[in-house]
Amino acid sequence: MSGRSEPVLRAPKTGSVTPPGVPAIEAVDVSRTYQLDGVSVPALRGVSLTIAPGDYVAVVGPSGSGKSTLMHLLGGLDQPTGGRLVIGGRDVGSLSAPELATLRNETIGFVFQAFHLLPRTSAVDNVALPLVYRGIGARQRRERAAAVLGRVGLGHRLHHRPNQLSGGEQQRVAIARALVTDPAVLLADEPTGNLDTATGEAVLELLEQLNAESGVALVMVTHDHEVAARAGRRIAVRDGLIRSDTVHDRPASDGGDGPETLDAAPSAEPRSASGSGPGHPSGGSGGATGATGRLPREDAR
Amino acid sequence: MRMAEAWRVALDALRANRLRSALTMLGVIIGVASVVILVAIGTGTKQKVEQQVEGLGSNLLLVVPGKIEVGTAPVVSPLTLNDVDAVSRVVGDPGRVAVTVASGATARAGNRSDFTTVQGVLETTPTVFTRSLARGRYLTGADVDTSRRVAVLGAGVARALFPDRDPLGQQVALAGVRFRVIGVFTSLGQSLGVDRDDEVHVPVTAAQRLWGTQRVDGIAVKAPDRERIGELGDRIVAELTRRHPDTEFSAVTQQQILGVLGDILGVLTGVLAAIAGISLLVGGVGVSNIMLVSVRERTREIGLRKAVGARPRDIGVQFLLEAVLLTSIGGLTGMALGVGTALLVDAVSPIPAAITWWSLALAFGVSAAVGIVFGVVPAQRAGRLDPVVALRAE
Ligand SMILES: Nc1ncnc2c1ncn2[C@@H]1O[C@H](COP(=O)(O)OP(=O)(O)OP(=O)(O)O)[C@@H](O)[C@H]1O
Ligand SMILES: [Mg+2]
Repeated sequence: MSGRSEPVLRAPKTGSVTPPGVPAIEAVDVSRTYQLDGVSVPALRGVSLTIAPGDYVAVVGPSGSGKSTLMHLLGGLDQPTGGRLVIGGRDVGSLSAPELATLRNETIGFVFQAFHLLPRTSAVDNVALPLVYRGIGARQRRERAAAVLGRVGLGHRLHHRPNQLSGGEQQRVAIARALVTDPAVLLADEPTGNLDTATGEAVLELLEQLNAESGVALVMVTHDHEVAARAGRRIAVRDGLIRSDTVHDRPASDGGDGPETLDAAPSAEPRSASGSGPGHPSGGSGGATGATGRLPREDAR
Repeated sequence: MRMAEAWRVALDALRANRLRSALTMLGVIIGVASVVILVAIGTGTKQKVEQQVEGLGSNLLLVVPGKIEVGTAPVVSPLTLNDVDAVSRVVGDPGRVAVTVASGATARAGNRSDFTTVQGVLETTPTVFTRSLARGRYLTGADVDTSRRVAVLGAGVARALFPDRDPLGQQVALAGVRFRVIGVFTSLGQSLGVDRDDEVHVPVTAAQRLWGTQRVDGIAVKAPDRERIGELGDRIVAELTRRHPDTEFSAVTQQQILGVLGDILGVLTGVLAAIAGISLLVGGVGVSNIMLVSVRERTREIGLRKAVGARPRDIGVQFLLEAVLLTSIGGLTGMALGVGTALLVDAVSPIPAAITWWSLALAFGVSAAVGIVFGVVPAQRAGRLDPVVALRAE
């Protein structure tokens, strides 16, 4: 399966991918306050972080801490009420709704807990959907979608509809849809939340493999600390603030997963380390929140 | 998003809810069909009336006392045969001048009777109006001069009084006075809702004696040339006004009659089409309603599409096209239904109906416009949805 589709994912990236060293996403003192019946609900209260190309970041935190809110902001699905957010080199605060949509299409791939596949639409057409908004013709769309479906191990399920697929297969289709545009960053909000342990593990391995092989940054919300420990970097969120942002070596047990992961690990780690580096000076402006936002401090809980 | 793609998505959405789409279209179908049918009937009636007015004869000028206007009461005519002679002098040719004095009367032959219109006329009538005889001969100048009691029967009267006999040479009693049948008209059928075969022509002098009057109801002139028909009318009216200073006279041409009738029928057609248009409007409200339901139902789809890069416009266009497609398909179906019904009505009923291309273009244009007008609000609502909120929808 990978033999056929590898070139698609390894093909030279389009302009959407930031060159190494330049952050794919940079947040400086970003906040998001909801207005609920006239009452202000601060979901994020000043967050600074940097996602570098190829990063593998796990976002953890208790329920209601603001993880999903953060993911929506990082993906340009929502706009911050304060601070500065730069995605793919563009300042989100200055973008109109259509510009933001185009930015999402070019730079971000979303994987949701609830899959969000279009019913009555085949796997291949679901995967091809983001290309529709790039004005790519139907034939080319299907070809590319089929290739990515092959890459996630669903080359034999192209014309199945979501209700004819298992949960794991549906999430693979969703992952293929997130990847079909060759995004710089894959944002996955509890991607295994609706799956049983074994299926979830397989989906997780797929995401890790794609991150390692194609260099797409992976930012994933998870409640599972073992899973979080596998990531090269771990961001802990609590009460709308980043409590810790730590880069660490991957546990040795990861090596057992497969040679691909091992191959990719050395290249991924330095990048994530250097990625959080340039974030610091720019984050300095947000003095008050800087301590919570950028210090790689372990948060024991 | 490419336009072809947007159409495909809209069509898919309609297909996914076939029954609901069909029911929504029904309102538009009924609206468009009734517009097409009513306009066809209006147009058909107008065409038929025009044909019949033109069929009366060419270059006709009708001179009557009073004003020819809708809503004015008829005036008792002060005209006599002397006035007719004066008009003949103005025209310069008595052969081009016809008169009528008409009244309802019972015609009796043996034990059969028929209530009909008896018209006192000059021998010039067949020349001025286009009339032809099926049997026998028409009145002559001598018949008129001598008030001879001879009659020419309309085809309907002849059928009613003499169903199994040749009417020629037979006696008919008109208002109790005996006349001899000398001719029978060719059947004309209906015209402007009047049975034109239900009449009897007798010499005007005999008719005046029958009713004890000197009166002539109206004068008809066949103008020698079309260009100067108006001027001739003015001269006749001037002459009659000189002779009867207290009375107003009108001279109207066929064109003027056609104009007045056309205006009346046009207004009538417009009113009918507007009433039918209301049902189209109701259909449009139904479309709007269903589109709002559709937007609500597909909130998560909208959120997802936005997440993967759909701009507000892409979403808006998608839903707008869906509404336009709904009303356009409904419009086409309604047109087919309307044309079919109109042709059927024309074929099997006495009501004439004529399909005009502009009424079809209008019906289709209006139904597509209804889709746009009533689709805009739901489409805008869909386009403006916040993707985060939309994705979280149930
Ligand atoms: N649309 C909204 N209006 C008002 N408050 C909101 C809205 N969305 C989120 N919040 C609030 O913001 C806070 C953070 O929510 P968020 O969904 O980001 O939490 P989370 O960390 O993803 O939680 P979970 O692990 O349960 O998914 C919560 O207190 C939530 O109630
Ligand atoms: Mg969440």
